[in-house]
Amino acid sequence: MAENIKIINSTQEFDDMIKENRYVLVDFWAAWCAPCRMVAPVIDKVADQYKEKIIVAKVNIDEQQELAIRYGIQTIPTIIFFKEGRLASKEIGVKPLSSFARMIDSNIA
Amino acid sequence: MGEIVDIIIIGAGPAGLSAAVNALVRGKRVRIFSNRDNNLSKAERVDNHLGFYHMTGKELMDKFKEHAEAMGVKIEDGKAVNILPLGDSFMVNVNGQIIESKKVILAMGISKVKELPGEGRLLGNGVSYCSTCDGMLYRGKDAVVWDQSHDAWEEANFLQSIGVNVTFISNKPRHENLSDNVKYIKGRIEEIIGENTVEAVNTGEEIIKTDAVFMLRDAVAPDTLIEGLELDGSFISVNKYMETNIPGLYAAGDITGKPLQLSKAVSEGLIAAQHAALQIDKKES
Repeated sequence: MAENIKIINSTQEFDDMIKENRYVLVDFWAAWCAPCRMVAPVIDKVADQYKEKIIVAKVNIDEQQELAIRYGIQTIPTIIFFKEGRLASKEIGVKPLSSFARMIDSNIA
Repeated sequence: MGEIVDIIIIGAGPAGLSAAVNALVRGKRVRIFSNRDNNLSKAERVDNHLGFYHMTGKELMDKFKEHAEAMGVKIEDGKAVNILPLGDSFMVNVNGQIIESKKVILAMGISKVKELPGEGRLLGNGVSYCSTCDGMLYRGKDAVVWDQSHDAWEEANFLQSIGVNVTFISNKPRHENLSDNVKYIKGRIEEIIGENTVEAVNTGEEIIKTDAVFMLRDAVAPDTLIEGLELDGSFISVNKYMETNIPGLYAAGDITGKPLQLSKAVSEGLIAAQHAALQIDKKES
């Protein structure tokens, strides 16, 4: 995993992160989820490509159930882009880098 | 994840087997997955494939399988759920198992995948195509499994075993291996109901409340399988090397369009495999 990806360990930590950072991309995942393993290297690339511009974080939905419920996660991977603390855009399922790039670019322009 | 294979082939009809044989004779490591009988094996009589005549589709298909197996092709049971292009390679999710390959050839044939009302809108919000991918999210909740493939009962049993309350809806009589704890209803689903997430399904006779619907068809629609794949109507667009708009991803056989004929499928499988093999050799030389 890329070094600049933040692992979220509590709801408080999550709330602080989206409050303190203008742009945050969050990968909601779980260890048992095969498609999440497919998307992981793509998220690494996103973190690398946008490292000066956005924060990239991972939320394990088995450990952070409160956050999973709050954002109504029904399928994983679910990737959510937060802008100024608010949910700006959401991608569900296995997607290529270009889909995430489009989601980010349209929100940080 | 295991070793990266050269070529993954989805589908083991005439196009897929032809691709497999041609890739293998070029020394490529191949894995080929199939999840159903193909249309050829249902043909009553085939007279237009040069060199073979007065044969049933099944006789021909058996011949093709025998040939492929003699060349070392091993057909594995499995359904591709997603394919992710990574630039130089692909990750393919086959029933929850992730396999990496340099090239992928789609040869699933045509399947009459008709989307149900509510299905596309609620996909990812309670509608799922893969029990091993999403099942854990519904532990302690209700799920309906719609039987549309030969191994749907196994997925229903899997869901029940991890703590999902499963109702199995099928047109066929109750499968003998379906777990006793799984509720069985004979019938079909006509509509998936729910505003933002799945709330119920309509069988035409009753409304069944549920949190999730697992649509276990024998094939996933090509543009659901892989994001950004260019289609021409319901067929996949390809160039003369049978390559799609996604580099390294090929399609062959009925899936690329008419004529839906055996000889065309066999030829396209060959073209796709030879081009894929050549591209691998070029890159590695």
